Amino acid sequence: MEHGSFKDNSHATFTLGEEDHTLANAVRFVLNQDPRVTVGAYTIPHPSLEKVNIRVQTTGDPAKEVFKDACQELMQMNRHVRSVFDKAVTEYKAEQERKEKKAAEELKRQRELFGSMDIESN
Amino acid sequence: MESDGEEEVRRIVTDEEKLEAQNFNIFDLPDVPKGLPPHLELQRTRVVCEVKAPLHATGTIYSGAYISSGVDNSVNLENFSENFKVDVISLTKTDMVFDMIGIPPGVANAFRRILLAELPSMAIEKVFVVNNTSIIQDEVLAHRLGLIPIVADPRLFEYLSENDQPNERNTIVFKLHVKCPKGDPRRKVLSSELKWLPNGSELLKESAGGSTTNPKTHTSFSRSQDSFPEFADNPIMPSFQDILIAKLGPGQEIELEAHAVKGIGKTHAKWSPVATAWYRMFPEVILLKEFEGKHAEELVKVCPRKVFDIEEMGQGRKRATVARPRDCSLCRECLREGDETIEGEAKSKGKAEAKSEGKTEAKSEGKAEAKGKRDWVDQVALRRVKNHFIFTIESTGSQPPDVLFTEAVKILEDKCERVISELS
Repeated sequence: MEHGSFKDNSHATFTLGEEDHTLANAVRFVLNQDPRVTVGAYTIPHPSLEKVNIRVQTTGDPAKEVFKDACQELMQMNRHVRSVFDKAVTEYKAEQERKEKKAAEELKRQRELFGSMDIESN
Repeated sequence: MESDGEEEVRRIVTDEEKLEAQNFNIFDLPDVPKGLPPHLELQRTRVVCEVKAPLHATGTIYSGAYISSGVDNSVNLENFSENFKVDVISLTKTDMVFDMIGIPPGVANAFRRILLAELPSMAIEKVFVVNNTSIIQDEVLAHRLGLIPIVADPRLFEYLSENDQPNERNTIVFKLHVKCPKGDPRRKVLSSELKWLPNGSELLKESAGGSTTNPKTHTSFSRSQDSFPEFADNPIMPSFQDILIAKLGPGQEIELEAHAVKGIGKTHAKWSPVATAWYRMFPEVILLKEFEGKHAEELVKVCPRKVFDIEEMGQGRKRATVARPRDCSLCRECLREGDETIEGEAKSKGKAEAKSEGKTEAKSEGKAEAKGKRDWVDQVALRRVKNHFIFTIESTGSQPPDVLFTEAVKILEDKCERVISELS
């Protein structure tokens, strides 16, 4: 829901229902990084109501577009986070497997060594 | 005719020179320092933790904050993609510790909040009590059963709303029937006694017509749950088999059926799939001066987390180095003035002497020693690196922690998408 003026569409307040600090703070960060934004902020009118008001004021561009761009950028950031995280986890798991294999081989080698030593002592 | 000074020097200005003049940027000259001056860079990227309170904790996220210095503070997608890194420190079936570098604190907090409150999991919601003669009341028993973590991937199940029929796609049915025979000692009821019923509920509903043909149970399973490929070999059971549910005295009995459904932590904390999830900022410990000899030993002794180490420099000289900054828990022991602990010996010595000699003399001696001992107080700088978070996720067992984090990121993406579609 957008509360703005028909004449000047560069200032608007967006009311999101069923949202809280989780999304609002993250979007606020991305919004403020946009050089077209002069004011990017959010409030929660009452903690019992699940509503967030996000205020966007820009240097001329329509506020709706700027807000949408911010959400898009946050989405792409998340996708990137997910891919980097998955890669890091698979690398870590592969590394662990390699270490375990090495340790198992080392143990086997030592066991064989000790085994052969016993035969010699007898 | 004219004097030399008034003669105009004419030169042909080439196109190259014109282009150069247009593109001239003072910041490109070799001896102009690029970026922010070091103290501003410190403010921008570090939280300085002093004895009283942390400084510069709020980030300057406004894109034009340093525009007058010619530094662009904005972070767009390319910058973010270049600088973002994830390092997994440890990963087991239930716990995970990993570093996230280059992520803004608002987004990291969003992940934490989603992990705690908005990731779905399965937990017991409805309990049909047939017989409960134990001393634990029905509702207390039901509450305890709800808190037991269940190993079942919630992505294989659907939500059960008010008007839906409970079926094999949205309900898991457990049965608990325990008895303590007369003459036996008191016995414990553990979570291992919760038996999974893959074919659905066995309790019959009371039908209005009183017909005995086709009695209905409380669930309508059209197929058995262990025919699903995921559950064929690993039956659904609680994460931990040794959770104490109740205690029964001789002659007491509990018979009940419990239905588990999908839910999120926001509704009730029993549906939170993480035992907990938290993050802390990466600590940075800097020694502002050389700590040698006695001071180095004191510093190493004072830190409870053993962050510092002694390094031999040859010729018997010792130096303190920061060996494990990651372990720093910000207790600020190395920043304290120091009036007790090491100086306790001096004081107690002073006290003992005071009893035999004059009081004031010995006390002042002890105090002077105490003040002298910690003259290195302001020489350790404790800082936190902004945008570098050490995340810890402890799962309750239903899903491995790396899966949980991936799901949390997906949920944040879905939220953004929902907002975008609402706006369009």
